[in-house]
Amino acid sequence: MNNQSTYFDIEKVRADFPILNTSVNGKPLIYFDNGATSQKPTAVITAINNFYSHQNSNIHRGVHTLSQNATNAFEEARKKVQLFVNAEHNHEIIFTRGTTESINLIAHTFRKQFLKKGDEIIISTMEHHSNIVPWQLVCEENEAVLKVIPINDKGELLIDEYKKLISSKTKLVSITHVSNTLGTINPIEEIIKIAKENGAYTLIDGAQAVPHTKIDVQKLDCDFYVFSGHKMYGPTGIGVLYGKEKILNNLPPYQGGGDMIKTVSFEKTTYNELPHKFEAGTPHIAGGIGLGVAVDYMNNIGIENIEAYEQELLTYATTQIKTINGIRIIGEAQKKAGVLSFLVNNTHPSDIGLIIDKLGVAIRTGHHCTEPLMNRLGIPGTARASFSFYNTKKEIDIFVDAVSKAVKMLA
Amino acid sequence: MTINSIQNEIIEEFSVFSEWLEKYEYLIELGKDLPLIDDKFKKDEYLIKGCQSKVWLHAELIDGNIKFTADSDAIITKGIIGLVIRVFSDHTPQEIIDTDLYFIDKIGLQEHLSPTRSNGLLAMLKQIKMYALAFQAKQK
Repeated sequence: MNNQSTYFDIEKVRADFPILNTSVNGKPLIYFDNGATSQKPTAVITAINNFYSHQNSNIHRGVHTLSQNATNAFEEARKKVQLFVNAEHNHEIIFTRGTTESINLIAHTFRKQFLKKGDEIIISTMEHHSNIVPWQLVCEENEAVLKVIPINDKGELLIDEYKKLISSKTKLVSITHVSNTLGTINPIEEIIKIAKENGAYTLIDGAQAVPHTKIDVQKLDCDFYVFSGHKMYGPTGIGVLYGKEKILNNLPPYQGGGDMIKTVSFEKTTYNELPHKFEAGTPHIAGGIGLGVAVDYMNNIGIENIEAYEQELLTYATTQIKTINGIRIIGEAQKKAGVLSFLVNNTHPSDIGLIIDKLGVAIRTGHHCTEPLMNRLGIPGTARASFSFYNTKKEIDIFVDAVSKAVKMLA
Repeated sequence: MTINSIQNEIIEEFSVFSEWLEKYEYLIELGKDLPLIDDKFKKDEYLIKGCQSKVWLHAELIDGNIKFTADSDAIITKGIIGLVIRVFSDHTPQEIIDTDLYFIDKIGLQEHLSPTRSNGLLAMLKQIKMYALAFQAKQK
């Protein structure tokens, strides 16, 4: 299969990612672990280098020129993210360390402000541990109840069951947009609408969605939408919490420190306005700027092109891998993002992962931080290939051959 | 045979492999061949849980020597376990306490002991030493 894309020049795009030229175990790297983290284009790497080489200084407090420049660059990145997800205001974009911290920030502050004994929070069976454990902690502390939307065997949420779970007691519905293990794209528009009809707040975990599909938070009308920079071609250690202005204003601060205050005295401290109220301490300035450049990069290719091409890769990979005897695809939802989880006969996924690593192919194996989902499906884990727009059908061919070889060795 | 002479023997065996896949093929064969643990010991009490794969380890003292049996749900891990058992099993607690494990490094499998692999092997090695200490304490 040739490296072709009708959507953009794939060879040109691949040349933008220096790591794609490296070898692993003497073989050209085939990177299919994009669900864990994506690779970084030169533009992002250069921006980080450039910040530390020419702009480095602390932001929001210096009168000197460097500090002004750094502040402008960081705030410009916030604006880029705002436009990228179509938030109404740029101060609705809070920079965090990543999706996990964004969820914890809301869990911690939401608990204080809105959650009472006997209240309920709804999540789903396919959540990542980071969208389970913070709510377990919160429910334990506030004597609230955690409810879980079940799934069918294909890996789709049972919306009718969700309708039965939700009630006036439900204070928050926190659901993943795209399953990191199964690739399922959840009908979040409908989920949010039902939550609203019942007076519940909504949080959407967009870590696996933002890198691959167009997000419009105003159209979705969710209260919170969270995601990570490093899965969308930006640096690690920077993430985003989008929240509606009115709700963020109602929440208490998360961490105390510099930058989040207006005035401090030992009698009374007043807090800064959004977004700074939630950004105590010196943020990951270079990370924010790098994320802004990653957004530019995605915009240049076009998110619609990225989505269409990745769908093509998924369809091709699914067809090709089915040629292997004994293959079982885990996650067969009607609407899927570029995630292909599988098992072959009785082979252990980690054995497959270890062998194909020696053939240059990087995939993820294990429970993918979704143990409750694995228990529901009655499997210990899966082997997971997750695709990005810089991957090719030729790479998929090599990957399928490598899996075949591993299966033969293990048979 | 001493523990170290067994380690050296394994290093010798692996020296014929020039390629990674050959090493894995050998480990897979070992993993397939060895009935490593009695089913009655394959329960949570003896389970060392890794993120990637599970390892069960059982130890008993027979005539002054420790007899180890173990198993894993992943076959490459099981092959490596087979080697570790071959090295340590049927030796006295004192010998096990006194000996450093070096053959895994020498045959290039050290990455399997990295904490990030999380396959239960590293925990299993610690557990072997713990058993040796415990049996030694009992003997005194």
